Parts: sequence; structure tokens; C-alpha cells
Amino acid sequence: MGNAILRLEHIVKRFPGVLANDHVSLEVQEGEILALLGENGAGKTTLMNVLYGLYSMDEGDIYYKGDRVTISCPKDAIKLGIGMVHQHFMLIDHLTVAENFILGCEPTDKGLLNLKKAKKIVQQCSQDYGLRIEPDSLVADISVGEQQRLEILKSLHRGAQILILDEPTAVLTPQKVEELYRVLRDLKAKGHSIIIITHKLKEIKEISDRVAVMRSGKIVGVHNTASVSTEQLAELMVGRPVVLEVKKENQEVGKNILSISNLHAKDYRNLPALRGLNLRVDSGEIVGIAGIDGNGQSELLQVLSGFTVRDEGEISIGEHKLPKKFAQREMFNHGVGHIPEDRMKMGIISNFTIAENLLLGFEHDSRYTGRLIMKKEAIHDRAIKLIEEFDIKTPSPATEGGKLSGGNQQKVILAREISKNPDLLIAAQPTRGLDVGAIEFVYQQLLAQRRAGKGILLISFELDEIFALSDRILVLYGGEIIAEFSQAEATIKEVGLCMGGVRRNSHE
Amino acid sequence: MNSKQHIPLSLKIRSSLIALAKKMLDPVVAIFLALLVGSVIITFTGDDVVLAISSLVLGAFGNLRSLGQSFLAATPILFTGLAFAVAYRSGIFNIGAEGQFLVGAIAGAYVGTLFSHLPAFIYIPIVLASGGIVGALWAFLPAILKIKLGVHEVINVIMLNKIALYLTNWLVSVDGPFRQGSVQPATPFVCEVVRLQPILPKSPMNVGYFIGIVVAYLMYLIMWKTSSGYQMRAVGYNMHAAKFSGINAESSIVKAFMISGALAGIGGAMEICSVFGRFYAGFSPGYGFEGIAVSLLGNNHPAGIIISSLLFGALKTGAMRMQILAGTNVNLVKVLQALIIFFVAGKWSITELYARYKEKKRLSDRGSVANSQKGENQ
Repeated sequence: MGNAILRLEHIVKRFPGVLANDHVSLEVQEGEILALLGENGAGKTTLMNVLYGLYSMDEGDIYYKGDRVTISCPKDAIKLGIGMVHQHFMLIDHLTVAENFILGCEPTDKGLLNLKKAKKIVQQCSQDYGLRIEPDSLVADISVGEQQRLEILKSLHRGAQILILDEPTAVLTPQKVEELYRVLRDLKAKGHSIIIITHKLKEIKEISDRVAVMRSGKIVGVHNTASVSTEQLAELMVGRPVVLEVKKENQEVGKNILSISNLHAKDYRNLPALRGLNLRVDSGEIVGIAGIDGNGQSELLQVLSGFTVRDEGEISIGEHKLPKKFAQREMFNHGVGHIPEDRMKMGIISNFTIAENLLLGFEHDSRYTGRLIMKKEAIHDRAIKLIEEFDIKTPSPATEGGKLSGGNQQKVILAREISKNPDLLIAAQPTRGLDVGAIEFVYQQLLAQRRAGKGILLISFELDEIFALSDRILVLYGGEIIAEFSQAEATIKEVGLCMGGVRRNSHE
Repeated sequence: MNSKQHIPLSLKIRSSLIALAKKMLDPVVAIFLALLVGSVIITFTGDDVVLAISSLVLGAFGNLRSLGQSFLAATPILFTGLAFAVAYRSGIFNIGAEGQFLVGAIAGAYVGTLFSHLPAFIYIPIVLASGGIVGALWAFLPAILKIKLGVHEVINVIMLNKIALYLTNWLVSVDGPFRQGSVQPATPFVCEVVRLQPILPKSPMNVGYFIGIVVAYLMYLIMWKTSSGYQMRAVGYNMHAAKFSGINAESSIVKAFMISGALAGIGGAMEICSVFGRFYAGFSPGYGFEGIAVSLLGNNHPAGIIISSLLFGALKTGAMRMQILAGTNVNLVKVLQALIIFFVAGKWSITELYARYKEKKRLSDRGSVANSQKGENQ
């Protein structure tokens, strides 16, 4: 193992009311992949933001190759050779790859922007690192995986020796994750140091050399990855033994709650995305929809929330047949709760307080509003009750939604949707980007709903999650359900084959 | 939950006063900085700085007369400021308050000539309401175009501003239906009972500004205390999430746009009752646009707008005296207004600068300590 290229000593970072980093010390070796593991809110991202100059630290020192350095803005960090790829990419959708690439260090020709040169730089860089990317395409048109590649290349081009990746696999499909791992191993071989912020234990075992575990602002352990087990890491991270197995009793299903037949709908480009989809959900069961991203999941959810008007097909909620055009309100009125796939875009209003966020959909409810003025006390009490019930960690109900961690935001959404007491709960990517503790919580809540006799439609890209929770597993491919498995008969291998488009009868 | 009952009232008042003072600090510093830079400009133009500034301040607040004048000048921009804020909080950029203000004014001026036998306390609200209704209808147009055809409101309201200007000009032109024999391009004077009377001796001040404060409070109630306001703000902050939770975003946008237009329209009618008594062609020097600055300066909140509109009104009034006594150009005050916005918007705030200074000092202190320690180690 090489020398320490970077040393953080006793970093302290305070936010109002929170000690986000509590005397954190950490070393990064040359040419290693270091995983920074911790639950949401443990302070991993804060620490890396301090290192990248986005936050200023309250105490502590940073040493780069043995010299004490001051990093007060990202520019300082870039100069030192530190690059960061954020979880939410910092790209401009309506510019091309090349234009995004040069942003901040534009090549000029007599004072004019030289785009030809820019393209060449991109091509050169893409060759040097063996990362394929098309300089002329718009960022809006390329896939999430390619956007990530662009971000990594951008950092490397600016001379990044140390690359920080914040939750790099949160947005990727399993195949793309493999590709990313390959890229990271290549970079390591070239002598780069890589820090991965993550809470996925599997990922750590797969890719990292060393792992530093953070819990409530402190480093609670640094280990060689090979010498610790996944269970040990989980326990270190959460602070108590974690049961990742889901315990589920068998129970009888009841009456039909959701039935969809022959559903056709188009995507935003006006191309057919759903081609005759059939499915049904009965009360007391969890129906999981497995499938690779882009096979019609989003469109199905869009149709079910009234955002996209279907071309053909019947949708019934219980006895009620939905008209072709309907508003989300109608779903609510017929007892449907919906955990949206995009938490920040659809689920939370970040400038609204927690109490206000919990009220969404209930604002005309006579319990919370009089004829003119809303009932402040009732709204406050409801918020207090739900915060307690769903264990939402917030300083107060008046805290803005955007200030909570992802896991707690998801709890706010869960609380709101479950408090609608729905007959059907649509859960789209309910644990995307959440840590182990929060995932456990979400699973418990979904199972409790199942026990209460609700029907649950689960759509997820995490095959493990589908397998852990579902009573029946449906595989969505090319806008159709091409296979159905009962929980007992489903195997990862067979479901995986179907996800790739192989019809079930053909591999028997 | 019960903790709020245990805090003594005096403490609560004290802490909210401190919070208010902290909030006021930055705008006050911004004004001070604007005056400072303004002084430099005055010096460059060769005028007496002390005389100019003192006449500006005295001209705005020096006696009851000028104070009343300041309140009068603040009234229209209080309304257009509120109009902009309602739209802004609801996710709409309504720069059309100017047009809505004009049509509201001419509607008020017209209605104000109709019923001479009505008592003031009934008639004045009718006049204001007519301005509000016409303003709201004028705003309904861009709202419906936005939600039905997806046309961005800014383009439409810019055009509607022009249409409102020329429409009202035509209405009071030589052949215009509203002119009715008047020599000037204006409507006839409204009935005497409609005109707001001065409430203090030796001062033109009337109740217009205070009606504005009442309206501001109503706007606060609507936006922050009713479920419709809640929905409008939800749509303004995050349209997707609002729609997803079942809020009808389209109707919320129409509502917000119409409330915004109504506020501007009431402002126009108020200006007729309060100052002019009749509608002159092109009598607004851009109150609708000044409302944008007033609203932004007041953090798009009614309480802030009450203060910022008064500040702008005072600057306008003081500028006249400054021009007469110190001989400065009357447009200098526009420069001052721009400077205030610049210093507020630019976050040149004293709190921030102080924090940055402390940060730098701390870093460099620790830097030298660390270096000296390093030296000892070697």
C-alpha cells in the first residue's frame, strides 16, 4: 500500500443544533479505493463537502501530501487535485457533453469559445481513460450512467488525483454498476485514490480496499475490507445488530383492489411504452414488479397518478372504474396512497415545513380547515402525532422539508400516504437512496399495511427488495407483464432471465 | 407541545423584537450603503452632498406635510408590490401589474362618476372593488393562456401592459367614450364623496395607505392561513409535488393570477380616489414595475412590503426637495433606489461580511499556529 496522500485531522463541523462531524480523522492512501460507510445523516457527505471546500470546517486540519492546506472553496480543492462527483449531477441538461465538459475552463481562440477544441479535448480524455462518451449529444438525451461517466471524466481532466463519489450506484442499474466498478478499478490501477460514499454493504465488499464507518458524526472504525464481514459492517454502521431478513407470515388474500387490463400508453416522446399491460392486486398481498429501468415502470406510475392519459385499457380501483382522464385527487378519494418514485420532485416540497408537507392532500379536510381559516392547532397536533408514530427525526414540525435527510423525507411521505388509510398503496422505489436503518423501517411499514389487509403494488429496481417483500412477482418487460411467479417458485435466476426479455415458457 | 404555554409573554415579545431587529439590520445597512455610494455620485456631479442628503431626508419626513406626501407616494406601490408578491409566491412572474393597475384605475374612475347620492363608506369600497374586479379580469387572460396553451405569462403580460396603456389612452382620447367633454385627455372628476380627505391638518395624508395595510393583512391571511393559499404556495414551490398530492394546479394558478390582478387594480382605483380624482391618460409613471422592486426588497412578504413601499415613497418625495434645494437631478433618486436593491439583492449584508471576516481570521490564526508548531517539530 502506498503513502497517505491525504490526511484529515480532527475535523469538526457544526450546523445549528447538530454536530455533523465530531473530531473526524481519516487517511487516504495513494491508489486505494476507500469506502466511507454510514447511515443517512451520519456525516459522510458533510465530511466530503468540507474536503471539497463546499462547507468550511469549524475545527481541524487537512494535510495533502504532508503539507497543511486550506481549502475554502471548490477551486482550492480542484487545484490540489481533488474531484467530486455529486449524487445529483451538476450538469446542464440543455448543453452538449462537450459544452458541459469545458464549463469553467473553456478553451478559447482569440477570446472566442472554441468548440472544436472542446470536442477534441473530450475525445482525447475519453480515449486516455477508456471511457466512451459522445461529445455532441445533449446531456438531457444521454443516460444516467453516461452522465456519471461525464462527471468522472470532467474531474479527471481537471487533474483529480483523489476522486470523491457520492452514492455513485444509487442511480444505476445492476449492469451499469458493473461498468462503473470496472472504471474505478482502472483508475485505481493508474494510481488515483477514490473515496466512495455509500451505505450499501454489498458494494463495499465488492469494490473497496478499506472501509471507514461513520456513525452520528464520528468515525467508529476503519478496516481492511477483506477482514470484516457484511454483518459486522452493518452493526458498526447502525450501532446495533440489524436483521436484514424480512419476516413475513402467510396470509389469505381478500377481494380485488386494483385491476388493470390491456393498458396502453405512450411515453413523453410519444412512443408506445405500455403495450397491453395486465395486472391485479388483491387486499392483503404485496405484488412486486421487477424489471430493468425503462421498460414502462415510470409510464405505469404516471398513468396511475393521472399525469399521463392512457390510450387504451381499463383500470378499476375496487368496484370503481376510472375514467380515461382523471386527476390524482380521484385516486385519493378512492383510497389509493402513492409513494412517488422521485422523492424530491413529487413527494416533498422542500420549502414547506414538515407540518405543511404532512398536510398535502388534506388541506380541504374539515378536520384541518374551517370555512375560511386553517386550524393551526389541529395541523400542528397531527404533525406531532405522525412525527412520533413514524419516528421522523426533525428538530420541530416547523423545520423545512428540504433540511431533512433522505430517509426522514421518505418517512414524511410514508406517514402522509399511510395516514390516508388507503386500501391500495403504490410504492415506487420506496427505499431508493436510503440507508439500512431507514430501509428496515420502510419494510416494516409496508408489511404492517399488508397485515392490515391493504393491497400493495411495489415497483422497484432492487431485485432483493422485490424478493424480500412480494407475495407475487411480476416481470415487466417492453411495456408488458411477461411473467408471473409466486413467491415460493421464484428464483433470482429465472426472474433475471425474464427481466432480460426471455419469455418464461421458452426457458423451461 | 405544551412548552409554548410556559414561555412568559415578556420573553416572547423580547425574542421576537430581537428577531425583528436582526431581520431589519440588513436592509438598514443596505440603505446606508446606498446613500454612501449615492453621496459619491452627488459629489461627482458637483453638488453639495450634505445639503442634498439632508434635504432628501427632510423632504421625506421633515414635517407633517412631507410625511403625508411620502405616505401618498407609497400607496400605489404598496398595492402593486402586494400584487407581485402574491403571484411570485404562487410560482408566477406577474410583471403585468402595470396594465392591471391602469385598467383598475380607469374602471374606478368610471364607476366613481355614476352614483352621486351614495354615502362615502359604501361608495368608496364599490369604487375600489370595481378596480379590483377589472384588474382581476385583466389578469385572467394571461392566466388562462398559460394553463390552456402553455404560453409563458411574461410574454403575455408585457403585451397586455401595452394594450392596457393604449386602451385607456383611447378611452379618454378626443373621440373616446370616457372623455365626456373634458378638455384634457381624462375622464370627468369622480363624485366628491369618493375622494379621500386628508386626515391631518396641513398634510395631504389620507387613509389610503392604511387601507393598503389592511389589504396587506388580508393578503397574508389568504396566502398563509387559508387552504387555497396553502395550495397556491405549494404550486409555487413545487408544482409536481403539489399536483401529485391532488392539488388542482391550474385552478390555483388562475386564482393566484386573479388575486394579483385584483390587488393591482384596487391600487389603481385607490390612486384615483386618493390623488387624482380622475383618470389621466398615462398617469402612472410605472407603478406596476416599481412594485416588483418593492416586493423583492420586502422579501415578497406583506410585512416587508409595507415597509419597503414606504421607503420608496419617501425617497420619491424627498427627491423633489433635494432637486429644489440642492439642485441635483431628479433621476438621482432612481439611482438610489437601484443601489438599495443592489445592496439588498447582492447580499452585501453586514452579518454575512462579519461572518466571513471572522472565518478568515480564524483560519489564518490557526494557520500561523500550525505553522509555528510545525517549525518547533523540525
